[in-house]
Amino acid sequence: MNVEMILSALPTLFAGAFVTVQLVVLSLLLGFALALAVAFGRLSSNRVISGITGAYVFLFRSTPLLVQIFLIYYGLGQFESIRESFLWPVLREAYWCAIIALTLNTAAYTGEILRGGIQAIPFGQIEAARALGMSRPLLYRRIVLPQALRTILPAYGNEMIQMVQATSLASAITLVELTGAARTIASRSFQPVEMFVIAGALYLAMTFVITQGVRWAEKKTATG
Amino acid sequence: MLDLLRFGSEGWGDEIASGAVMTLLVAVSAYLVGLFLGSGAAAAKLSGPAPLRWLAALYTTVVRGVPALLVIWLLFFGGSGLVTWVATLFGYGGRVELSAFAVGVAAVGIVSGAYATEVIRGAVRAVPKGQLEAARALGMGRLLILRRILVPQALRYALPGLGNVWQMTLKDTTLVSVVSLAELMRQAYLGMQSTRQPFLFYVTAAILYMVMTTCSEALFRALSRRADRGVRRAVSN
Repeated sequence: MNVEMILSALPTLFAGAFVTVQLVVLSLLLGFALALAVAFGRLSSNRVISGITGAYVFLFRSTPLLVQIFLIYYGLGQFESIRESFLWPVLREAYWCAIIALTLNTAAYTGEILRGGIQAIPFGQIEAARALGMSRPLLYRRIVLPQALRTILPAYGNEMIQMVQATSLASAITLVELTGAARTIASRSFQPVEMFVIAGALYLAMTFVITQGVRWAEKKTATG
Repeated sequence: MLDLLRFGSEGWGDEIASGAVMTLLVAVSAYLVGLFLGSGAAAAKLSGPAPLRWLAALYTTVVRGVPALLVIWLLFFGGSGLVTWVATLFGYGGRVELSAFAVGVAAVGIVSGAYATEVIRGAVRAVPKGQLEAARALGMGRLLILRRILVPQALRYALPGLGNVWQMTLKDTTLVSVVSLAELMRQAYLGMQSTRQPFLFYVTAAILYMVMTTCSEALFRALSRRADRGVRRAVSN
C-alpha cells in the first residue's frame, strides 16, 4: 500500500465529504419543512389538497431518485421558457438541482412518516385540548407536534441515514461530493480500492453520528 | 415528439423496452442474490458460531452504512482483481474480467442482502419458540422443521419487509447505469444524447419505473394475502 499517495488524496476526499454534509443538511432542513406541509396536506379534509399531496407522495416514492435528479437537471433545461426564466441561474447549477431533487424526495418520505406520527396521537388528547379552549395553532404546538416528533424519531433517523447515502447520486450530475471525489481519484490512481474504503469509512462515520444523535434524542424525550 | 418513442429503426421504443427488460433482469437476479446472502447472514446472526456472527454483523452494519453507488464503484474497480486473485488460488493463470452485468448484480445484490438479513432475522424470531420445541418433541429432523414449521410461518412475517427490500433493489438498479450496463436509465441517457429530448426520455423512464413499482407492490400484497390465508384476526380487513 502506498501511504504517500493515500495521504495526498485525503484533502480531495475531505473536500468531497464537506459537499456531502452540505447536501445532507440543506436538503434535510428544506425537506422537513416541506414534509410538514405534505403531512398536513394529506390529512386535510379538503379533497383537492389531500389529492394533490397524495399524488406528489406517490410520484416521488414510486420512481427512483436518479430519474428525479436527471429530470430536474437535464429535463427542465429542454424548455426554452425555463431557460429564459429567472429560475435558470439556479436550475443550471448541478449543486442546486441536486438539493432540489433530494429535498422533494425526502419530503415525500418524511411527509408519510409525519402523517403516521400525527395519526398515532389518541383523539382523546385533542378533545381534551379543545375542551380547555386551546386554539388550533396552540394545540398543534403543544399537544400534537411534540408527541408526533417523538414517535417518528426512529423512522426519521432511518430516513436521515438514507439521505446521507442518497447524496452520492449527485455525483451522476457532475457534482464532486464524497463518492464523486473517490471515483475521480480512483480512475487516476493505481489504488482505486483504497479510495473507496476511505470514502466508505467517512460515510460510516456520518451514519454513526446520526444513530448516536437519534439515540440521544430518544433518551432525552422518553417519558416515565 | 412522441414518434421518437416508436418501435423499429427510426424510433427509440425498442431500445427503451429492452432497457426495461434488462432492468427487471438485474433487479430479479440481484434480489435472488440478496435473499441468498440475507438468509445466510440471518442464520449466522441467529445461531452461528461467534466468528460467523461477527462477520454477519460487520456485513450488515457496513453495507447499510455506505451508499449503494460506492459498492458498485468498489466492485467495478476492485472486483476483477479480487476474482483474479481467487482464480490464481485455484491455479488459473490469466486475468478474469467481470462484465458490467456481473458487477451490477453482485453490488446491488450485496446491498439487497444486508437489508434482507434484518427482515429475515426478525421474521424467524417472530415464530413462537414453542412451535419449534413441539416439532422437535415429535421427532422431526432439522430440515423437516425448517420446511414444515419455520419457513412457512417466518415467510408470512417477512413478506411485507421483503416487499420493501424488493422496491429498494428495483430502484437501486438505476445506479448500475454508471458502469454502462444497457438498462433503462442508460438507454434513456443514450436516447437523450442523440435526440436532445431529455425530458421526454426521462419522463418515459419514470413512467416505466412507476409501472414496475406499482405492479410489484400489488404482487407482494397478493402474496401476503395468500400467506395470511387461514389466519384469523380480531378485525377483518
